[in-house]
Amino acid sequence: MSGFLSSSIARKVAMALSALFLIFFLIIHLAVNLTSLFSEEVFNQASHFMGTNPLIQFAMQPILIFGVVFHFVMGFVLELKNKKSRNVKYVKYNGAASASWMSRNMAISGMAILAFIVLHFIDFWFPEMNHKYIEFLPEDPTRYFAELQHKFTNPLRVGAYVIAFILLALHLLHGFQSAFQSIGFNNKYTKCVKNFGTIYSIVIPLGFIIIALCHYFNH
Amino acid sequence: MNLTLKIWRQKGPQDKGQMVEYKVTDISEHMSFLEMMDVLNEQLVAKDEVPIAFDHDCREGICGMCSLHINGEPHGPDRGITTCQLHMRTFKDGDTIYIEPWRAKAFPVIKDLIVDRMAFERIQQAGGYISVNTSGNTQDANAIPISKLNADLSMDAAACIGCGACVASCKNSSAMLFVSAKVSQFALLPQGKIEAADRVRNMVKQMDEEGFGNCTNTGACEVECPKGISLENIARMNREYLKASII
Amino acid sequence: MTTLNSRVPEGPIKDKWTLYKDHIDLVNPANKRNIDIIVVGTGLAGGSAAATLAELGYNVKAFAYQDSPRRAHSIAAQGGINAAKNYMGDGDSNYRLFYDTVKGGDYRSREANVHRLAEVSGAIIDQCVAQGVPFARDYGGLLDNRSFGGVLVSRTFYAKGQTGQQLLLGCYSAMNRQIARGKIEMFNRHEMLDVVKIDGKARGIIARDLITGEIERHSAHAVVIATGGYGNVYFLSTNAMGSNATAAWKIHKKGAYFANPCFTQIHPTCIPRSGDYQSKLTLMSESLRNDGRIWVPKKIEDAKAIQQGKLKPTAIAEEDRDYFLERRYPAYGNLVPRDVASRAAKERCDAGHGVNATGEAVYLDFAAAIHRYGSTKAKIQGLHNPSKEEVIKLGEAVIEEKYGNLFQMYEKIIDENPYKTPMMIYPATHYTMGGVWVDYNLMTTVPGLYCIGEANFSDHGANRLGASALMQGLADGYFVLPYTIGDYLADDIRTGKIPTNSPEFDEVEKSVKDQLEFFVNNKGTHSVDYFHKKLGLVMWNKVGMARNEKGLKEAIKEIQDIREDFWKNVKVPGSLNELNPELEKAGRVADFLELGELFAKDALHREESCGGHFREEHVTEDGEAKRDDVNFAYVAAWEYTGKPSEAILHKEQLEFKDIELKTRSYK
Repeated sequence: MSGFLSSSIARKVAMALSALFLIFFLIIHLAVNLTSLFSEEVFNQASHFMGTNPLIQFAMQPILIFGVVFHFVMGFVLELKNKKSRNVKYVKYNGAASASWMSRNMAISGMAILAFIVLHFIDFWFPEMNHKYIEFLPEDPTRYFAELQHKFTNPLRVGAYVIAFILLALHLLHGFQSAFQSIGFNNKYTKCVKNFGTIYSIVIPLGFIIIALCHYFNH
Repeated sequence: MNLTLKIWRQKGPQDKGQMVEYKVTDISEHMSFLEMMDVLNEQLVAKDEVPIAFDHDCREGICGMCSLHINGEPHGPDRGITTCQLHMRTFKDGDTIYIEPWRAKAFPVIKDLIVDRMAFERIQQAGGYISVNTSGNTQDANAIPISKLNADLSMDAAACIGCGACVASCKNSSAMLFVSAKVSQFALLPQGKIEAADRVRNMVKQMDEEGFGNCTNTGACEVECPKGISLENIARMNREYLKASII
Repeated sequence: MTTLNSRVPEGPIKDKWTLYKDHIDLVNPANKRNIDIIVVGTGLAGGSAAATLAELGYNVKAFAYQDSPRRAHSIAAQGGINAAKNYMGDGDSNYRLFYDTVKGGDYRSREANVHRLAEVSGAIIDQCVAQGVPFARDYGGLLDNRSFGGVLVSRTFYAKGQTGQQLLLGCYSAMNRQIARGKIEMFNRHEMLDVVKIDGKARGIIARDLITGEIERHSAHAVVIATGGYGNVYFLSTNAMGSNATAAWKIHKKGAYFANPCFTQIHPTCIPRSGDYQSKLTLMSESLRNDGRIWVPKKIEDAKAIQQGKLKPTAIAEEDRDYFLERRYPAYGNLVPRDVASRAAKERCDAGHGVNATGEAVYLDFAAAIHRYGSTKAKIQGLHNPSKEEVIKLGEAVIEEKYGNLFQMYEKIIDENPYKTPMMIYPATHYTMGGVWVDYNLMTTVPGLYCIGEANFSDHGANRLGASALMQGLADGYFVLPYTIGDYLADDIRTGKIPTNSPEFDEVEKSVKDQLEFFVNNKGTHSVDYFHKKLGLVMWNKVGMARNEKGLKEAIKEIQDIREDFWKNVKVPGSLNELNPELEKAGRVADFLELGELFAKDALHREESCGGHFREEHVTEDGEAKRDDVNFAYVAAWEYTGKPSEAILHKEQLEFKDIELKTRSYK
């Protein structure tokens, strides 16, 4: 089993499984955020539920963080190994002839997304943790919407969000179907998965971008 | 046509190597790429220079020996062919052509454009076979019917010529397409099922030990493969490997 | 001149092999561990022999000049492999395969060997399927067969257009299993440069590591040569660039007789030559003749216009086309044996009806087949009154399914779409039936030295039928040699390891080194290829598809001159102790320059036309080959005495007890 875990295939399967988990998480995150466009009250309720439910806070949240960290660390480890597998570089290498930009630059889009997540943590998660578990401030179930709106007043931040989500879309355009390929899913449904993946990769980031822009312009 | 060639020259495995520029003139568009190389080598011999070493043998696209990285792509810009099947009509008069060996840590350069592909041999030796002795008493060839679909898929995977273009094209120098083709060929046949689990485990283990990179599903290998080996084989190998390791 | 003993066992032909196997000496498993065998060449014959010998328990050392056994030129065989399985129920049997092979070989092969080949043919298919060779199957899941030239049944098993590749990968995988177990020690990128004899027996070889240039000594109790044919003596052939006759020629010079060198097959369906820079010719499977019709323009002025590029073949009316094979051979039509088809094409081209710029090409036309298949398909699909375009589209799809990869290959090379305009083909040197003389045990005239596959002469007589080369290579390697070699090695169980520090090894190694040093130190004026091309031209023009006394005598003289020039003026750049392809070629061409002369000498002495050997002096009134069974029903085995011109002829008289000698007729 130890040989299995260190094997190249097991690692890529691990990358794929963590990716699929994060892909699933994105849907929930977007669903919650979307409510902010329609109803301040529903958004506050949903956010309050997510922020105080012990199952989500103490089970799902650590898993999610582990998933994010794992996906990045493993991605980084593999990227390093892959770079080392070609110790002398080509003088001329026409990678674009045979593979898409997205597939060849997952590390770059991944790093950009990582940078975004750091920003996102500084914006929301660290204040939230501070609020709840360090300073033990009293919970106000109606505070979330205001916090959200406040964050989307700075055009620079909104711009960074938009760029990050475009990169996320590029990352997903390759990553979604790649995850299925890695776990060995390649059959008559593959075409459906690929098409669905393309739609997903565009719609989900677009959703986040629309939310950010709406709040920015409606403020 | 007249061409400028920039060719990798390297005296031996320890030598550093460099790109050297050559000019060739009056090249016919009907020549194959390797015939153009022959013309250049004849010129070098005439000038008492050491000709350029490159691997080639059958010159009909099946032995898998030829292995040139031409203008940034293994086997050149055309699809579905090996270097020996590339013809000069693909190029234009006055073109500059870059010619390099396969680049991968697992494929060290022996001389000039020749690389050592023994890593592929060791992967095959790790399990790329069915353990059946020659006897004259094996059961009749028609004793086990095999669905045409599986026989055809197996044949498609078995068409791999082991040239290494998959590794050369991959940004990660991954050998997954090569290994998966062999694994798939046997996994699709009833005769190969008996040892399937050991086979895929051992071949993947050897592949990892050889220092190939990891597959990130860019699909470059499938595009550059002269025999059109499909990425489906990689998915099948992943499946076989998971099955063999977990169950 | 002596008569050779072929050691064919007594008894009725059907039982010879079985009875023989029951009575030969065997080596017990414990003793096999103490016996080493060298196998040179790892194509179908060498690879299958190496794997099987290792499975039996012998210690095998295998040598290949490529970087892997998987690259041997057996890989290029496209069409298929024959076996008398009678899966199609069309009346096939071991006897019929035996009969077809002897007849196809124009009655110049050894009956007992051919019958044995037919007997084991079925087991080859069983063995290959067990190894995971993905042969083509029908929708019921059973093996599919197709038909090939020169026979009236469908007995050819195939794996798309890559049958040789798949069979080679099969025995390569069997080898890999033994390499992993340590029973085969594999020497890739090594070339055998001579054989070492001790007390008259073959006991080892001298080989060069092609990467480091190091000269190595390897000893064994027996040496097996499986290095393929000598077609590259023509420079242009369908052989691989590296295919060479050095091992076979070196053992000939050490006492192994060389048999029937003039029996060389010119394959009818190759892609024509396009220019002087041409390095090799590409074969397209003979299976194309199942559906393609071969023709040239009837009118010489049409041919001229086509040669000058002024006329398109599709513009020539049906009645102005000469389907010369169908005209001359109505019974077999386009499926006559290879030698017949090749000569007929040459005859038309020599008469001025050739169809490309060089005038050396004929058409292979699929229009009729496309129309026929298209109409059938339209009926199956229930199309009433389909348009011409629809029929063609359906027909092209069928043709693509059958020959897609060949059509694609043709288009890549010639840059013309063969679905729309007829293919151009011309004969090219393809296979050599002649080779090292071996007895029934596949042993040469040197004890302990065996020769298998295309490198030996045994099974195909004067002409080989399609899909029989793969069969013979694997029969020799899997099912014949592993038995017969035991009979010889049974005496060697107490010999122990053969030391490599003996004077015999010293001497051979020195001669090998001397020759190599000569090459790199001879600051000549011309490259190796220059001489090889000159030799090839002489061979093609004077010892090619049609030969005559005058031409052959000239050829002998010219080859001698080229050889003399070669040894004076050859230029080999680079040094000994490195990878040096020019040095490798030099040694090979030196041997071709001797072999070519013996080839011409053999052709000159054989005053008859048979199979691949066509003497213009010996023809019937209507221009067909005229065999002379009274004077030439023998194998001509040549003994080397220092010069090819002074080789001594030994005859093995061929007896045909089970097949009546008949004039081959495909009319």
